[in-house]
Amino acid sequence: MKLWAVLAMSLAIVASARAASATETYEAALGGFAQLSGDDVAHAVRALGESGDPRAIRVLKALRDAELYVDDASHVLIRDKNGAMVDALSGAPVPASGHAATINNEIRRVLDTLIARLELKSPDPDERLEAVGELARRSNEEDAPAMRDALEHEKVRSVRRALVSALAEGDLASEDPKRRLGAVEAIEEAGALGLAPKLAALTTAPAEPDPAVRAAASRTISSLHRKQIFVDGAADVLYGMSTGSILLLSALGLAITFGLMRVINMAHGELVMIGAYATYATQVFFHEHLPVHESLYLVAAVPVALVASMLVGALLEVAVIRFLYGRPLETLLATYGLSLLLIQIVRSIFGAQNVLVENPPWLSGGTELFEDVVIPYNRMAVVVFTAVVVAFVAFVLRGTPLGLRVRAVTQNRPMAACMGISTARVDTWTFALGCGVGGLGGVALSQLGNVGPELGQGVIVDSFLVVVLGGVGKIAGSVVAAFGLGILNKVLEPIAGAVLGKIVVLLAVILVIQKRPQGLFAPRGRSVEAV
Amino acid sequence: MTPALARLRAWLGPHLNTGIIAILCVIVSIVVPICNAVVPESSALHVPDFFVTVIGKLTCYAIVAVAMDLVWGYAGILSLCHALFFALGGYAMGMYLMRSIGKQGMYASDLPDFMVFLDWKELPWYWYGFDHFWFAALMALLVPGVIAYVFGFFAFRSRIGGVYFSIVTQALTFAAMLLFFRNATGFGGNNGLTDFKRILGYPLREPSTRAVLCALAGAGLALAYALCRAVVGSRAGRVLTAMRDVEPKVRFCGYDTVRYKLFAWTLSAVLCGFAGALYVPQVGIINPSEMQPSSSVEIAIWVAVGGRGTLAGAAIGALLVNGLKSWLTAAFPAAWLYVLGTLFVVVTLAMPGGIMQLIGMGPRAWNVLSRFRTPGVKVDASVVGSPSSAPPPAVTLVDDKASSASAGGAAGS
Repeated sequence: MKLWAVLAMSLAIVASARAASATETYEAALGGFAQLSGDDVAHAVRALGESGDPRAIRVLKALRDAELYVDDASHVLIRDKNGAMVDALSGAPVPASGHAATINNEIRRVLDTLIARLELKSPDPDERLEAVGELARRSNEEDAPAMRDALEHEKVRSVRRALVSALAEGDLASEDPKRRLGAVEAIEEAGALGLAPKLAALTTAPAEPDPAVRAAASRTISSLHRKQIFVDGAADVLYGMSTGSILLLSALGLAITFGLMRVINMAHGELVMIGAYATYATQVFFHEHLPVHESLYLVAAVPVALVASMLVGALLEVAVIRFLYGRPLETLLATYGLSLLLIQIVRSIFGAQNVLVENPPWLSGGTELFEDVVIPYNRMAVVVFTAVVVAFVAFVLRGTPLGLRVRAVTQNRPMAACMGISTARVDTWTFALGCGVGGLGGVALSQLGNVGPELGQGVIVDSFLVVVLGGVGKIAGSVVAAFGLGILNKVLEPIAGAVLGKIVVLLAVILVIQKRPQGLFAPRGRSVEAV
Repeated sequence: MTPALARLRAWLGPHLNTGIIAILCVIVSIVVPICNAVVPESSALHVPDFFVTVIGKLTCYAIVAVAMDLVWGYAGILSLCHALFFALGGYAMGMYLMRSIGKQGMYASDLPDFMVFLDWKELPWYWYGFDHFWFAALMALLVPGVIAYVFGFFAFRSRIGGVYFSIVTQALTFAAMLLFFRNATGFGGNNGLTDFKRILGYPLREPSTRAVLCALAGAGLALAYALCRAVVGSRAGRVLTAMRDVEPKVRFCGYDTVRYKLFAWTLSAVLCGFAGALYVPQVGIINPSEMQPSSSVEIAIWVAVGGRGTLAGAAIGALLVNGLKSWLTAAFPAAWLYVLGTLFVVVTLAMPGGIMQLIGMGPRAWNVLSRFRTPGVKVDASVVGSPSSAPPPAVTLVDDKASSASAGGAAGS
């Protein structure tokens, strides 16, 4: 007991002593920045790099970004993005003053490496990962000890893997066959796919004299190859799900208007387009009137797009489509005409060019879902958003009075009318709901691709296929069909190329429809249930 | 109907449609070329060269419209891939024209320019034979015909009908368009085939060649019309019409509906290929944008504007709509889509019989069919969805059992 206490105490003392010395070095080194001579500054930079003090990163970064200032009393100041200054020593805010610290090319050359080495000790794993990447890019022998040191303390898996492969990459070029062998084994263990081409060079005789290393290298390559297949498969499924989500979002509204009401709405793609433009309009509004909350525009865009496309949809139903019920081919032509009108109207309001809808900051970037499979946040958000919209539609159809009436009218119109339901009004609402869901699809599409007047034209063919493939009137069928098509598309893309893959998918759908004209999820028996 | 029109109709009798087409063809094949080539330029009757090409182009569209009317107006099949058949015929002819350039291309090579550009060393196998005019002409008819036959065989056998057929054909056009847009497919990709020099040795730039092509287009329209009229008037044509109105009944009577449909459908596709082959030498270019799904829908609106189920109406619709398009896209480019969109809506809502109905020559049944929906009454789509020559029981009370048994699954909501 006592022994442990003593040990702990002595460790604490040693740690604080080290910290104290780091602080001293830091303070001493800061003085160097006040000098005008480049050599003195370079010296100070090196001293800071060796101090290991966490504050040093900020100073060095400020120097790199030309944000480091020195005032007349030789205080070193750091300027932030807004122009406010803080004292590098005390961290206290000070009034802006002084001149920029000296920097020359020699200093710039060492700065990045030093920053990266310091960041290896950063508490933030992302920063550490970035630092390893930086050091691996430079692939300097001198960095190896620092990285080995970091590897010993590293707990986070992704950073460890990065460190191991960065070290192994350096060792591959080593003269010592044992180190090369160790490196090859480390690569296999870490599963570093990026190093496979370098290993391939080690499998042939003149490039690699040692047979043991050659054997290990070819073994590792095949193991990496197996992993690559798995990673590709996982990426295909995940990306396919996001493609499928987009398909589903644009087809879901159609599943309502076509599936439940049997209205062939060729203008559905244009309602998706209107949703996307509503998103754009919301973005512009936030940019001009609420710049503080600009990043939240996307949240506000969801109801805006829903209401905008519902209004347009209700207008179309009241003005044109209600006169065409029961005449599907005429409806097809009339709604095609409506789509042309909508395109031209949007063109004259917003111009023929594509408009720019930006991802809000919280949707840019991505995350490594598991090893080597990086999924951008916007694609993940689309999948989640789709799930929410499907739940919303299911709720409206199953849990609300409107949904009850919609199902009643779909199943037996005359009887519903006898029960006092205003079928015409229900038709308008159902159509508007389908169009509104299309508009929500537009919000999602605006985050992934270009927004232009022709947006809807590219969506409509696929959407109809999804609905027909899934079985008309079956929303669950549409969900399965959309994800199936999305994944099939992504799997075929690397084999056949993007365009041929799409053609194969289209032909496959045509064949399936030949085989099962009622769709994959045909309603069974006589009773055709609504949802 | 005004008295003057009534007298005109009585004078021409039941052959009014044929009369209209005959007048059109005489104008296109004889009057226009003569006014271009023989009448001196100073005369008011002289037809300028560019106008001859425009007329020839519109006549090709009219052939497509007549072919479309055969399947839509008489067999009740709304095809959204007729633009594909048209373009395939055009590509076949374009390949011959490409080969006949010889070494006069930009790169002075034996191969077409775009192949040199792609660094291809020899001709792909599917280009063999296109050095000969007869082969290209045969392919222009055969390729659309075979594709239509195979596709239709499977589709009709599975009893895909109504809007489902339209959607699937649209997907087919879309897939083909993507295929032809690829450079690697070997048909010139985005730019298509162009820069033609001569046909059968005659230079294409010469006004006289253009006049002959225009005259040929007129003769082609006459031929297409005669063929379709013969089919429609035959016993098979009566079966087609009956099938359009109530397909299950025809099937129950023992007719093999697949065969009749397939015949009309394939003939229609061949006629489209024929029109495409006539079209390309006149306009001098064929590219994948001809296959856009939207061009196929536009063909349907030509027919609808003119009047379905009349053949002559389809030709008139094609000429009018495309004439309007040529003029508007030049004079008021922004207005064209408004006009076209409005045409679609107004024609389907207010004049389902098209122009022929307006001048009192459409099928009588349109007067019944244009009736609006009655609330609380189920409209049987298989009866009302298509034109009908017999006075139809258009609005019937249908119970759930009957409507779920109706074919095609396109029962009204």
